Amino acid sequence: MTTFAQRLWSSTLARHLLLAGLGLVAVALVLESTSAFRNGQFAVMAYMGIAAGGLTVLTGLNGQLSLGHGAFMAIGAYTTALLLSDRDGAPPLLVALLVATVVTLVIGAGVGVAAARLHGPYIAGATLALAIAVPGIARYFQDTLGGEQGLTVVVPDIPGWFADTAYFITANDVSTSKYVAYVGWISLIVTYVLLANLSRSRVGRTWRAVRDNDVAAEIAGINLGRARVLAFVVSTACAGLAGAVLALAVRLAAPSGFMLTLSLALLSAVVLGGLGSLTGALIGAALLTFLPQVVTGVGLDAGLSDLQAAELAPLVYGLTTILVVILAPAGIVGTARIAWRRRRS
Amino acid sequence: MQQFLTTALSGLTQGMIFAAFALALVLIWRSTRIVNFAQAPMAMITVYIALVIIDAGYSYWLGFAAALLSGLLLGAVVERVAVRPVEDKPHINAVILTLGLFIVIHALAAVIFGSRYRSFPAPFGLSGFKVGDMNIALTGFGVFSILAVLAVMLLLVLLFRFTNVGLMMRASAFNQEVARLLGVRVTRMLTQGWALAAMVGSLSGLLIAGGNLVHPSYMDSVVVFGFVAAVLGGLDSPIGAVVGGLILGVSLSFVSGYIGSEVVALAALVILMVVLLVRPGGLFSHAPARRV
Repeated sequence: MTTFAQRLWSSTLARHLLLAGLGLVAVALVLESTSAFRNGQFAVMAYMGIAAGGLTVLTGLNGQLSLGHGAFMAIGAYTTALLLSDRDGAPPLLVALLVATVVTLVIGAGVGVAAARLHGPYIAGATLALAIAVPGIARYFQDTLGGEQGLTVVVPDIPGWFADTAYFITANDVSTSKYVAYVGWISLIVTYVLLANLSRSRVGRTWRAVRDNDVAAEIAGINLGRARVLAFVVSTACAGLAGAVLALAVRLAAPSGFMLTLSLALLSAVVLGGLGSLTGALIGAALLTFLPQVVTGVGLDAGLSDLQAAELAPLVYGLTTILVVILAPAGIVGTARIAWRRRRS
Repeated sequence: MQQFLTTALSGLTQGMIFAAFALALVLIWRSTRIVNFAQAPMAMITVYIALVIIDAGYSYWLGFAAALLSGLLLGAVVERVAVRPVEDKPHINAVILTLGLFIVIHALAAVIFGSRYRSFPAPFGLSGFKVGDMNIALTGFGVFSILAVLAVMLLLVLLFRFTNVGLMMRASAFNQEVARLLGVRVTRMLTQGWALAAMVGSLSGLLIAGGNLVHPSYMDSVVVFGFVAAVLGGLDSPIGAVVGGLILGVSLSFVSGYIGSEVVALAALVILMVVLLVRPGGLFSHAPARRV
């Protein structure tokens, strides 16, 4: 029996599917036992997690730094908003999510082809320019993209089969915010299974080789450009999906939601969690979601005004990012892994 | 014709300011091979210091000097405390570090000074000169901006060409190991380089703020424009940064005047992409291919 379990565990796909199944059960338990407000927060954590997962694969496995993931999320969110602008004639939710992902992927491929030829600070600067430029596009095309006010998103009706299944299992009615949280977390689990498999596969090894030593990788027969573009495309597709979930969760796509701070927050989340680790990305996303409330509360108690207290959260995660880079560049997961290995050996 | 002239002149003024900012980025890049993305918030917070002093009733020039001085200090402190530990690490760590600084300084400014828009005074007139009945878009403050940036450039040239400190700074930027062997205290030179660069950054922050509204993210797009200008010039060449700044300032001014101010950042992105794809070394680069 142990041999069967061991064999199951040593198969990458089976292990990841098993973990995904466990994750789904955990998600259902958590979402059913928490309030509607918490459900909304978990939806936020889901889209942050999806985007951070994509970014950690790009930066951690392939060594490319993108400061423009907020911009790619904006593309996903705006696509979703255009598709789901009113209840009649809207495509099914799954179609909207897929279209948003594909649209972002196509644009990401364009940027990726340009970015693959860059290295070091150039790619950071180019994606930074992207993050600054994209909100301006939404403001410029006021008629189609709604200008400063943005576009409102109508969450489609909860499908009958989903409501029935959920009622059958949990004996609770599904509210819209809980439905969105489920959609977000199921998207996250699917994305993470795909990313985890990819990073354990030949493609992932190629990416690591390119990151560690591009000259050696090229001599070994790896097409550097193709590997870099592929990593960028996969990563932007995640950002597009994250943007789509964001549009559902916030029910709005507006330029103010995609300022530079979003891209920087994502980066600090993946650095904090540990570059290249999906678990780390999820931890980072959780911190980005739940830390602000705690820190803002502390700030208010200390006598700061609302606006000032709201800025404490970025202060804290910016400081932690600096400290992590200086003291423990491997991040939370990486450092824990190193400590664990040291204890075993 | 009137609009063309106006756009060109305001572009020239703006270009000088971008040039100063690009120069600050180039100074740091040359000495430490780091693009200091935190340059923008560093400049922003020194401008707030000036604003506090001016709002307290002191003269504009006292605030101006205080901002430059605090820029100098801030640059040195940032290099000593934060940048030094990652200087010999992979470059991605340094980039992430400057972005962490970006977030921190941004948030600090918002906590201390508030995130609302505040107006920043200008020491000279903000309406254009009149020649006959044509209104020329060159304002008194615009002339001051151009002269200030030119003065700083001249001072930098004098410093680097004709003084001992300048020579040592150039030596440590050129080759740290050899410079160290020849008795140059390289780490001290790096600190001075960062301090100098931060001061030039503060100057461009002050010039952009003059007669405008200030808020914690008012410099965010400037870091992109400064970076694009620096890359136009090759990221390695101070003269290139200045020319790049001027080219970028004028082009962006035309984009803003004839298409719309919303797409200015997009235009900067397009220019950056074109330059990087056509001439990755910039317009003035003399460095050959990247060595393995």
